[in-house]
Amino acid sequence: MNVKTLSIGGVDDKLQTWRCFHKNKLGLIGLGVIFMFIFAAIFAPLITPAGYAEQKYLHEINNFPSRSHWFGVDAVGRDYFSRVIYGIRVSLFVGFTTAFIALFIGVPLGALAGYFKGAVDWGVMRLVEIFSVIPPLLVAILFVTLFGSGLQNIIFILALVSWMDICRLIRGEILTLKEREYSIAAKAIGAKPYRILFRHLLPNAVAPIIVGLVLCVPNAIMLEAMLSFLGIGVNPPTPSWGQMISNGLYYIQFYWHLTLFPAIFLALTVLSLSFIGDGLRDAMDPKLRERR
Amino acid sequence: MATYIIKRIFSFLVSLIMVTIIIFSMMHSIPGGPFDEEKMPLSPAAKEKILKMYGLDKPFYVQYLKYMWNVLHLNFGKSYQSPGEEMVDLIKRTLRVSAFLGGLGLAWAIPIGLLLGIISAIKPNSFVDYLCTALASYTISVPVYVSSIFMVFIFSLGLHWFPTGGFGGPKTWVMPIIAYGLFPSGILARYTRSSMLEILNEPYILTAKSKGLPMWRVITHHAFRNALIPILTIMLPMFTGIMTGSIFVEKIFRIPGLGGYFVTSIYKRDYPLEMTLMLFIIVSLALTYLAIDIFYTIIDPRVRLWGKGR
Repeated sequence: MNVKTLSIGGVDDKLQTWRCFHKNKLGLIGLGVIFMFIFAAIFAPLITPAGYAEQKYLHEINNFPSRSHWFGVDAVGRDYFSRVIYGIRVSLFVGFTTAFIALFIGVPLGALAGYFKGAVDWGVMRLVEIFSVIPPLLVAILFVTLFGSGLQNIIFILALVSWMDICRLIRGEILTLKEREYSIAAKAIGAKPYRILFRHLLPNAVAPIIVGLVLCVPNAIMLEAMLSFLGIGVNPPTPSWGQMISNGLYYIQFYWHLTLFPAIFLALTVLSLSFIGDGLRDAMDPKLRERR
Repeated sequence: MATYIIKRIFSFLVSLIMVTIIIFSMMHSIPGGPFDEEKMPLSPAAKEKILKMYGLDKPFYVQYLKYMWNVLHLNFGKSYQSPGEEMVDLIKRTLRVSAFLGGLGLAWAIPIGLLLGIISAIKPNSFVDYLCTALASYTISVPVYVSSIFMVFIFSLGLHWFPTGGFGGPKTWVMPIIAYGLFPSGILARYTRSSMLEILNEPYILTAKSKGLPMWRVITHHAFRNALIPILTIMLPMFTGIMTGSIFVEKIFRIPGLGGYFVTSIYKRDYPLEMTLMLFIIVSLALTYLAIDIFYTIIDPRVRLWGKGR
């Protein structure tokens, strides 16, 4: 059996996946919100009155939301709407790049563990166990103190603490795929393990890979916000919602707008992404699909 | 059975030793130390003496072995931040506050989470189910400090029911307790739902129903008891999860608990305190997982690993 015949089944699968996802109202709403946010992030310079670091409004410090400043002005004279909107760029960028890097760590490790079993599996699973036993936030805090903060470091650190779920998903999938006839057939005609793994098994494990990727994004965004909230995340003046919330906390009794807007945007983004992830998982997991 | 448990304990010990080495070496390689001063530096002789006093001049593995030896004797040294008290006392003092609020948080989160999960599994795709799924997704994916801020907005600034923070008297406890329970309740609801959905499709549930048993009895006696097994897996680590949750809840509501000390220990390069807290969390988590694995093989005959030639 080659890849082509499989991909014909794949088209049908995609259609069915979309139909199933379509039924999930929360997932659709999430998709809509995320598209809106992506749109806003791309056209940020057109819809915001100032750059995210421009201290243009020094005479209107801490102004409440008004017609000219939709989300008000912050403590150093920056338009808050601009900062929140540019914050979408930072958050989504961190989320997606982290997930992609985590994919490149988790998929090979999971595939090797699932395929070779034995000592490789034992080693990889111990590694997964170690990283899962310690809460990711703690590991991230440790790594930040070790390597320093900043956007690039944060992304790598977050990837280092979020590959385990993907790894587990792939390992489980490969373990079952390995016992399928086509895999045994490939082995019987003398295909090398790596060829079986990468040409035959991984392309069939696309569903868990995508689900793992999508579920990883909101987690990464949340962790970044948490680190920034603690003051060890993205460096200022890069707008990060976590940091904006943490700074706004000092003024929460008087200038409520400084915490409220980034908090709402953060909650909306993370929620929408996890609704999409859940919807995709339900739609792509044939076991659940039969049941519903 | 015995071999499985021995194997499991062995891998637990290996993981633990690896974790301690990793953490110890990481702590060790963080640039800057407690005695590195930029203004008014110590004279080399004085610094050497201090380093010698704390044993910081020895090679890495000696320091590690010495540390582990002391840890095994429950001697965690003293925190650089509060040298006046033993580490054990410091942790006891702060953990009491976190455990009190966190325990009350779990006290509402566990029953509510289980109940929501069961209801939404009995009536999948109903309004209640959507509500539960939305609630669970919200509490799981939105960081607890964002929810805490929403709570402050609604209950402190809007309704003036509770103060915005502090630790004194039941009025200040309410919002932290709610905040502590949010994540556990959400994740419990989600796991209970999926676990129950799976069980409700089993043939023995159909048998029980067709025997004419009342619905509630089928659910409590046949479905829930079986569904509880995987739920336990996530329920036990929640108790240790309180310690990490406390970092944010305690910062927002200004509570003198363990979480606050954790953050400052990182900023201030307080190696002894940080090592101790890390070890504390990791050992308790690892022990819980070990207990769950062993527990599993005892209570669930399907996971029983002995007698099958494995």
